[in-house]
Amino acid sequence: MSASALETREGVEVRLEGLHREFSGVRALDGLDLTLRPGELVALLGPSGCGKTTALRLVAGLDDPDSGRVVVGDRDVTHVPANRRDMGMVFQAYSLFPHLTAQQNVEFGLKLRRVDRSKRAGRARQMLELVGLASQADRFASQLSGGQQQRVALARALAIQPAVLLLDEPLSALDAKVRAQLRDEIRRVQLEVGTTTLFVTHDQEEALSISDRVGVMNQGRLEQLAPPEELYTAPSTAFVAAFVGLMNRIPCRVEAGRASVLGATVRVTDRSVTSGEGIAMVRPEQLVVEASDAGSAEVLQVSFLGSVTHVRVRTADGHELLSQANGAEAARLTVHTPVRVRLVADQLLVSSD
Amino acid sequence: MIKAARRALPSLGMVPFLGYLTVFLFIPTVIVVVGAFQDDGRPTLDNVRALGSGPVLHALRQSLVVSASTAVIGAVVGGLLAYAVVTCKPDGAVRRAVTSACGVLAQFGGVMLAFAFIATLGFSGAVTTLVKDSVGVNLYGSGWLFDVPGIILVYSYFQIPLMVIVFLPALDGIKVQWREAAENLGASTWQYWRQVAGPLLLPAFLGSTLLLFANAFASYATAAALVSQGNPILPLFIRSALTSEILLGRANLGYALALEMIVVVAIVMTGYALLVRRTSRWLR
Amino acid sequence: MTLPRQRRARRQRAFRIVTFVVLGAFFLIPLVSMVDFSTRGTAGSGRTGEAWGALLHDPELTAAIITSLELAALTVIGMVLLLVPTMVWVRLRVQWAARMVEFLCLLPLTIPALVIVVGIAPVYAWVTYFLGGSALTLTFAYVVLVLPYAFRSLDAGLSAIDLTTLSEAARSLGAGWFTVIARVVVPNIVSALLSAAFISVALVLGEFTFASLLHYDNLQVVIAFFGKSNAKVSVSASLAALIFGFVLLLLLSLLGRGRKGRRTTAIEPLAVTTPAGKEVKG
Repeated sequence: MSASALETREGVEVRLEGLHREFSGVRALDGLDLTLRPGELVALLGPSGCGKTTALRLVAGLDDPDSGRVVVGDRDVTHVPANRRDMGMVFQAYSLFPHLTAQQNVEFGLKLRRVDRSKRAGRARQMLELVGLASQADRFASQLSGGQQQRVALARALAIQPAVLLLDEPLSALDAKVRAQLRDEIRRVQLEVGTTTLFVTHDQEEALSISDRVGVMNQGRLEQLAPPEELYTAPSTAFVAAFVGLMNRIPCRVEAGRASVLGATVRVTDRSVTSGEGIAMVRPEQLVVEASDAGSAEVLQVSFLGSVTHVRVRTADGHELLSQANGAEAARLTVHTPVRVRLVADQLLVSSD
Repeated sequence: MIKAARRALPSLGMVPFLGYLTVFLFIPTVIVVVGAFQDDGRPTLDNVRALGSGPVLHALRQSLVVSASTAVIGAVVGGLLAYAVVTCKPDGAVRRAVTSACGVLAQFGGVMLAFAFIATLGFSGAVTTLVKDSVGVNLYGSGWLFDVPGIILVYSYFQIPLMVIVFLPALDGIKVQWREAAENLGASTWQYWRQVAGPLLLPAFLGSTLLLFANAFASYATAAALVSQGNPILPLFIRSALTSEILLGRANLGYALALEMIVVVAIVMTGYALLVRRTSRWLR
Repeated sequence: MTLPRQRRARRQRAFRIVTFVVLGAFFLIPLVSMVDFSTRGTAGSGRTGEAWGALLHDPELTAAIITSLELAALTVIGMVLLLVPTMVWVRLRVQWAARMVEFLCLLPLTIPALVIVVGIAPVYAWVTYFLGGSALTLTFAYVVLVLPYAFRSLDAGLSAIDLTTLSEAARSLGAGWFTVIARVVVPNIVSALLSAAFISVALVLGEFTFASLLHYDNLQVVIAFFGKSNAKVSVSASLAALIFGFVLLLLLSLLGRGRKGRRTTAIEPLAVTTPAGKEVKG
């Protein structure tokens, strides 16, 4: 690989400040603030219609905000047209120009920048090598698989040494295996070139696995921006807690900042519910089930998932809970087995609704 | 043997269809081709040679002029109209109305169309009268409507909508992502059209133009109703050959003229098919 | 301040409006002129419905209208009898012939009608010998004429149903081939049959080339003939035939929209068929 000779550009800071955007009365973005550190990969994660794609298109200049600013480095680009913003973008699918070969696609942006022919060809070749497609340089889009097309699109976006790399659900049109492979590939390439990257996805596994930080969006706002581990272990809102990973919602009583859940008493992380009724957010792995004739809960379903086993149980007061069991314990559980459910957590998020 | 026969049996179901087409499509075509090289049952090249005579060449040239100019007018104007249609909402009422209207108008040729223009721009046509009364200009002139210029104008009436119908799928095939990707990579609007949309649409545009050319070249009824005397274009020359029995001293000249027509249309349609194949590979 | 995107949208809207208005005028003026021309009074002033009355009272014209309507009906029958069993049979039992049948059906689009007329004259000498000289014998030629359009409609209709499974199910329940076609296939392609019929009727009512050169009197031949003596009647008859055709073809395009499956409608001549790219959006 000649990637070692790759000319790269220093990553820059990207700031989204108070972005608002309405589409015929529907608020797609409702005051979005987000800062990407130089060279960082930030994923925007959220359900469809949460505004994440709108945010990306505003950064790219493919849409105009009603108010707010987009700042790249020291430059306010809010009113700079897309073709003068210097952003590389990878679209969901079908974005390669069908009348050009892979090589010509990658050269396209360089040609517009009047890079001379030999330098252009060399750089394009280098980018195709970077994404592992040097051997397919002369193919047309229709002769490439979906995954290969997206690699070429990535090479094309990076060839112009963009200030910012924008990824608009680049994996969503691919099948599962290719998706995981390309996901890691994108991360490898991104680390190699060091370009500040904004990655929009609705797939949490994608977002959590390759990002430096993940921003969870809901109804046009950023709910939480944090490194993946923190997002999972310490969700700051009920929406994030429910959206990222699996979550049991167990009614509980809160008194003096401590909640009693399934017979245990733990600290409440959130200050919004200090006393009274609340709903505790409990991950399946925070619930341990053990077969016990004295247990008041009953197994409803056992799903073997490979490394772990999910066990669905019903407690004495009629609540259904999802818990996780390891191999040895899981083997002893079948439907109708009486079990005991134990909470293993120091602190919990309790939501008011 | 029996097995093979049984397997061939279902093919017999094709007999009525093939038989019918043989009698009413193939035999007529063969008669034209063979007749072009025959006189009184004897083989001859005289009919084909007669195609090189002045009047026939003149009619052919005029026909090519009519076909080429209406194809270009139809392609350019129809292309613009098609572009106006794709910039509408994809499922909006305007788009539906325009495409339906084009579907109807592209089929509207022949006698009725000729009379529509006679009622408009003929000697006492509505527009002729209106302009004469209000501006004092005589649009009728010396009867241009009943000669080549008139044929060109009248043909445009069905060529433009035909262009919309055949060109619209190609325009629809241009994806938003291509424009956005080009913009992102730094292309201005002009550069996008020059380097992405232009090259992508060109084969379809040229192909559609060829189809329009063939359509005009093969049209007969409209011109026949419009022009009752003289043979300004090839199809009307064929009319004369059929009705006057002996034209230019050759009884079978009609066959040779028809053959000439087949050849021109076949060449044009081959070009069309090649161009279409190219586009459909890209715009999958 | 106007943003470039808004400017572009505004430019596009202006372009659209200008295009629609200018071309709308080009297409509407001849139609409006026909109304004006055909209702003009004899003295050059006032309005009269005489030319329209002739549609009902002139014996030559009414006879021609009836002939053309009869021809339309016979052509539809002929087309259905020839095409439906063949196309069904090809799909079920003779798949190897599918491409050939398609090619043959679309052939009349590339062979100009005028050429067929030139060559068909000797064939019609035989037709006249066996069946007499009625104008209705034009049906034979008209079936060929409507073949490409009817084929497209029917092909779209048949592609939308799972013909093999339907016929296997019917045959396993004891149906013979005739029953399969008449009772199972036909009811499932009604809208395709209707569009094929509409386009055929529209084409036959507008047909001039065959009739005039083979010396039969149909509607268009008589309209053209009247043009020399009484242009007003020609114009009113043209407009009437036109409106009738418009209605048929508009119904057809509505039918085409309601149908699922392939988007090709019968009125697209050799359209470049590209499945519309689906736009994906997050």
